Amino acid sequence: MAMTVVEKILARASGKPAVAVGDVVEPQVDLAMSHENAALVINQLQEIFAGTGREPRVWDPSKIAIIFDHRIPAETPKTATNQKKIREFVAAQGIARFHDIRGDLGGICHQVLPENGYVRPGAVVVGTDSHTTSHGALGAFAFGIGATEMASVWALGTAVNIEVPATIKVIVTGSFAPFVGAKDLILHLIGKLGANGATFKVLEFHGDAIKRMPMSGRLTLCNMAVEAGATSGIVPADQETLRYLRAEAGVRDLVDIVIPDERAQYESVVEVDATRFGPQIACPHTVDNVRDIAAVLGTKVDQIVIGSCTNGRLDDLEVAARLLRGRKVSHATRMLVFPASGRIYQQALEKGYIQDLVRAGAVVMNPGCGPCLGVHQGALGDNETALSTTNRNFKGRMGNPTASVYLCSPAVAAASALTGVISDPRKGA
Amino acid sequence: MAKVVLVCGDDISTDVIYPGRYMATVLPSETPQFAFADNIEFNAKLRAGDVKPGSVIVAGKNFGCGSSREQAVSTLKGYDLIVVAQSFARIFLQNSINLGLRLVTAPGFAATEGDDVDIDEAEIQNRSTAATTPVVKMPAARKAIIDAGGLIPYTRQLMLERSGQR
Repeated sequence: MAMTVVEKILARASGKPAVAVGDVVEPQVDLAMSHENAALVINQLQEIFAGTGREPRVWDPSKIAIIFDHRIPAETPKTATNQKKIREFVAAQGIARFHDIRGDLGGICHQVLPENGYVRPGAVVVGTDSHTTSHGALGAFAFGIGATEMASVWALGTAVNIEVPATIKVIVTGSFAPFVGAKDLILHLIGKLGANGATFKVLEFHGDAIKRMPMSGRLTLCNMAVEAGATSGIVPADQETLRYLRAEAGVRDLVDIVIPDERAQYESVVEVDATRFGPQIACPHTVDNVRDIAAVLGTKVDQIVIGSCTNGRLDDLEVAARLLRGRKVSHATRMLVFPASGRIYQQALEKGYIQDLVRAGAVVMNPGCGPCLGVHQGALGDNETALSTTNRNFKGRMGNPTASVYLCSPAVAAASALTGVISDPRKGA
Repeated sequence: MAKVVLVCGDDISTDVIYPGRYMATVLPSETPQFAFADNIEFNAKLRAGDVKPGSVIVAGKNFGCGSSREQAVSTLKGYDLIVVAQSFARIFLQNSINLGLRLVTAPGFAATEGDDVDIDEAEIQNRSTAATTPVVKMPAARKAIIDAGGLIPYTRQLMLERSGQR
């Protein structure tokens, strides 16, 4: 039977020769990731073991990763105490893939996992974070789950009662115009599909524009697949996947490449021509409220954010540094930059990007989730407007229900920092 | 019979149901105080005990979209609310099944605040408008977890069965 990538992965992980859409399977989990919400996972694991007369124990500590990123450094004693409890659990269970608050090895989970070679093509990856879809960029089946479901994974080593999802094939042809890229593509696609256009489905990416896209762009793409409601996004592994794993993630052992069968069944096929759109903006207060930049040019912006699991990678910082080098952030706005990981921060230091950004007037913060979800750092004032390279613009997302958030690419954010209003990077760059 | 206590539109995110700034609060016993925290009026009603257990939130499509935070489910479960929506986002739906928050998928259902409704497995009736809307059936795989009383007892049972086999 011909299968899509995710069907092949689920068949292998469930010990079946083949699976079809709608089958209920129980795949073995290859990697189970949590961040600070491990505090709740630990509580739920204890609940599972309650009354059994056994001590709570994870099934395989080598397959668990815990990365602190949502509230680092801790913003309250409560968070610090949660983090302390997780540290104690990590030590007691022998979890080695633990990334604490550190300038060298720390960062956002969706960057730390790939750059350390934890994610492999063909793997089943679950994470207690909706943007776990990111790891589909490496050809894995990666999806977000809740804390109780993670506790179940920690206890059993499997994900129970998983329905094999249907797959939408997305074919992206053509070349991007200058200052247009992966972020514009995924915003364009979300606008086209709608916020629930891919619910319970997988987006499988193909086409020459994807073949040429570096891993950083593929991570951006798969990261935001969930904003169309998708269970996961996935780019079938290819030469770029191998290059990234070998050259950047330090992987030395054998890598299994899983590609879809030629006659695999797709629920639908969506074709996108990359030459046909310019910079895209998601307007308040839903991610599928996507317009061409022309519709919002000149909108006053109080705060600009570059960073996050979506756009905090080295080439994102590079485009921002290039646009801001030798220039100044407008005094009519303020600009915050959050590199996605300590490693990226160091690379950006070595390449001089951090210096370019700071000299221009940007505030460079520690790697982490920062202001994306309104927890700490960079809150918005009443009725203020933010322009951000993050992934969500829901009401209240950045901590203030009266504020508005526009989502864009790093190029648009940097160009707009120079003017204080939404500006087109293709003009005057 | 249950009362509709809140009517909201499409794409109600978990940021609206349970704002990110309260995410350091994780225990189901503590999360209810922050339900719809930015909707000051509704939050105050909940905290004052003015909303009866079994009351209904009516929403449009894609309810619970966004973050996987389970607090968005435990916060509503704390008041024993029922959510009736045109459709739900995947992770929120699964979290609700896992924790035992009752969700009803009923495309086409309409109500206004204060309406009285009757819900059974097959349909939902709005007494105030006399309209009856069919309910989308839950797939068997998900029903198994609900029937077990949630994912914690379901997993505990599986774990004990499997270790017994060894």
